[in-house]
Amino acid sequence: MLGRLRPSRLVFFAAIAAYVFIVLGILLTVILNSLSKGWFSGLLPPYLTTEWYKYAATDHDIPNLLAVTFTVVLADVLIALLIAFPAAYVLARQEFRGKGLFLSLLLLPMIVPPMTYGIPLAMLCYKFHLAAKVVGVVIVNLVPIVPFMVLVLMPFIEQVGTNLESAAKMLGASRWTIFRKVLVPLTVPGILTAGILSLVKAISMFELTYLVAGGKSQTIVVALYADAYAAGARPAQAVDALAVIYFLIAMLCLMISLRFVSPTQMVFKLK
Amino acid sequence: MDAVKGSSKAGALPLLLPAILFLVLLFLYPFAYGLYLSLTTAKGEPSLGNYLRFFGEARDFRTIWVTLQIAVPITLVNVGLAVPFAYYMRRGMRGERLITFFLIIPITLGTVLVSEGMLSFMGPKGWLNQLLLALHVVAEPYRFTHNYLGVVISLGLQGFPYAFLMLLGYVSGINPDLEKASQMLGANRWQTFWKILFPLMIPGIAISFCLNFVMAFSVFPSAVLLGQPSGPTRVISIAAYQWAFEKFNFNAASAISMVMAAIELLVISAVLVWRSRMYKGASMVGKG
Amino acid sequence: MKDFKTISVRGMTKRFGEKTAVNDFSLEFGKGEFVTFLGPSGCGKSTALNCITGLIPITSGEIWIDDECVDNTKTKIPPEKREFGMVFQNYALFPHLTVFENVAFGLRLRRVRKAELSRRVDTALRLVHLEGYAAKFPTQMSGGEQQRVAIARCIVLEPRLLLLDEPLSNLDAKLRVELRYEIKALHERLKVTTIYVTHDQTEALALSDRIVVLRSGRIQQVGTPSEVFSDPANLFVADFMGFKNVWTVRVKSLREIGGALEASLDAQGIPLTARMAWPEGDKRRTVLAEAFRTGAEMRTAVRPEDIVIAGAAGENRIACAATLVEYQGQASQVSATPRLAATSDDGSPLRLDLRTGSRIAEGGSFEVSVPGDKILLFPPTETAAEAAGWTP
Repeated sequence: MLGRLRPSRLVFFAAIAAYVFIVLGILLTVILNSLSKGWFSGLLPPYLTTEWYKYAATDHDIPNLLAVTFTVVLADVLIALLIAFPAAYVLARQEFRGKGLFLSLLLLPMIVPPMTYGIPLAMLCYKFHLAAKVVGVVIVNLVPIVPFMVLVLMPFIEQVGTNLESAAKMLGASRWTIFRKVLVPLTVPGILTAGILSLVKAISMFELTYLVAGGKSQTIVVALYADAYAAGARPAQAVDALAVIYFLIAMLCLMISLRFVSPTQMVFKLK
Repeated sequence: MDAVKGSSKAGALPLLLPAILFLVLLFLYPFAYGLYLSLTTAKGEPSLGNYLRFFGEARDFRTIWVTLQIAVPITLVNVGLAVPFAYYMRRGMRGERLITFFLIIPITLGTVLVSEGMLSFMGPKGWLNQLLLALHVVAEPYRFTHNYLGVVISLGLQGFPYAFLMLLGYVSGINPDLEKASQMLGANRWQTFWKILFPLMIPGIAISFCLNFVMAFSVFPSAVLLGQPSGPTRVISIAAYQWAFEKFNFNAASAISMVMAAIELLVISAVLVWRSRMYKGASMVGKG
Repeated sequence: MKDFKTISVRGMTKRFGEKTAVNDFSLEFGKGEFVTFLGPSGCGKSTALNCITGLIPITSGEIWIDDECVDNTKTKIPPEKREFGMVFQNYALFPHLTVFENVAFGLRLRRVRKAELSRRVDTALRLVHLEGYAAKFPTQMSGGEQQRVAIARCIVLEPRLLLLDEPLSNLDAKLRVELRYEIKALHERLKVTTIYVTHDQTEALALSDRIVVLRSGRIQQVGTPSEVFSDPANLFVADFMGFKNVWTVRVKSLREIGGALEASLDAQGIPLTARMAWPEGDKRRTVLAEAFRTGAEMRTAVRPEDIVIAGAAGENRIACAATLVEYQGQASQVSATPRLAATSDDGSPLRLDLRTGSRIAEGGSFEVSVPGDKILLFPPTETAAEAAGWTP
């Protein structure tokens, strides 16, 4: 029995090790490269420097990039919450005609990839003069986030028993009071989870922003892509400096979200 | 489903209204608009020209084939590897948190950063090639980037964790007594896997296959950064993007994105049919 | 099915890290026997069962079937080759297979031909009264029906040993009784050697040929239902079998009357006479004599049902006042305190628990009689019992 277990254990851990090696390798290369000078070959760079960060900061207007990124992400999370919470409440609590259809339509933006609906959506943005503006970027990124939020919130609302609401009703509370004083406080964990997971998702969303943003309305990911695409326009180390800034923000969000959910739960809900 | 409570119906609509508006304005309307654009000329006259041109022009039409060549193999590999790995980890193990943490990283960081990092790490002078040279696996630097392989690796780095973590959620939700029961009835590990666990994993496999395929089929940034976007890895997204934002022909671009959506929905429905077949198949045997 | 005479478990021990779940478990049982492992949750009964199946590897000990070694930690037959059948608390039916396929599962693995397979599945389903359910899926059935399928799935393979792990615990009270009867009837009919795990003494008494009472991984007593019920080995088993009235007593005198041992006791100031029908040579006789000699404490245990409201006659009469009366239909459960001040060393009053058909008002006074031959005596603690070598 043990003899049969050992090779499979070996294969398992060898594969995991290879995977971790590649992920760490990618990250460390980017980090080291952004701090290096004259690293053309060899295991490690000959000199270390922070000059690429200064370069990226002045050349890229990093304050603006950060401001746009956080504006877009936070605005999207808040607006999506306002749309998704009442919808999730109704979907979790009530049966109505067309509920199945509504749910499947709502989930469609999560199944259809952004590149597919992003092109017609981008065209509409151009038509209504929303393109290349922060507000346009906020609007298009709502499309995948709202359904995602509904999906995350629903089980949390289902968990809060209806009898608490009935009890509040018996005590004479109005619908709005129940919502404010009973339901919202009780679903705070759900709201936090949904918010933080959406944040993680929003930070890395590329396609939709790329199709709509331009100039001063770029987010960090889009700027990073543009730099990587136009290889040679800027020094590779400066591009990696930008990548490291993005990496730090994304990892911070990831660390925060891992306090609330496990990686397995994140995948079930992410996308 | 059809039961409508008198009181709830009145209360439901205002609460659903924002979501309905969102769905109509930001998803259904753009989609319909895209469909309309794809069926008209730039001047607004009805025409099938956009589709005819796409299917008629080899340079564009072959993007379907190019994309499928990338998407199908890597999806099969991702899901195919995820099944045994998730099975292996179904009861948890030491270091599970650490392993899943590393798996979630590429998903969180997104394609752009992973592609950018791969360019250096897997480039001719990167650490990976230095290691392979030092181990005498290769005589000269192996080309991992700017080709088909580069795109496929980037999709694997993100798709595998996805499929794995998702299937892990499924398989660890299966009642462990089922395995014991199967064993007590005389099945060895292999038989237990194929006759009990695998069939019960099929819904999870189907969903993770769909999501993985959709992700791979619409590959865009990594096909540009890590592939050869003008030739061998000119995927369908690139074609659509170029028509829209380089040639400013939104009608042609719309037609391509409609074709993309159609292919994706086709594959999803095929997988869902497969899934229901597998279940029906299992249930029909009993009548013999 | 390979024939056999006895299955013997010798010194089986299972440790999970520091915790010993099953401790030196030894038991021999014959073909066709119905043995129940009885004990509260966490006593190690399910672990013991799983160790016997091989699903949980044992830390030390051996399992033999006649002269075939099933498990001695070094060499072991894997669970799937032991030809044991197991029924789980949560049914563990394969949700993607029909009832027919669930029952046929083991037969298909054994490559039984189609005609025979079909015949055997039908027979098994008939045995558990599920004709006509073959095409259903487990999720379309009630808990009781599902558990019948699980039983059919095992017996269709004619296992050498059938193990049932709290099979009725997930069912509601009425179904539990019904299915209990059926398990009994099935055993009468098929005579499959069975180990049954439960925490419910009624189930154990109703079904078993022998009961094994467990506590913290150790066997407390092995005996027929009536032995365990009327002559529990220690206070733990007595408590589990429904004995109450555990009073601290000292032995005032001891004498032999017609083969029985009569002890005069002082229960916190109340005189009692107990008669023990222990045979000559019973170890307990010496322990009691020792307690009499040293003046050591002993404990009584009397069933509430055995205490009677005293009429004109009756021994061990105690006048008392009812403190709590719980009406239970046929009888009432009464808690009472003796009128005579009877307090223990720690000052708590003696408490009488009895069950009676007579009407007693709360706070009312009445007189009870405790039949001397219904009083059991035990050493006060487990360690004391062990030190004295107390065994029935």
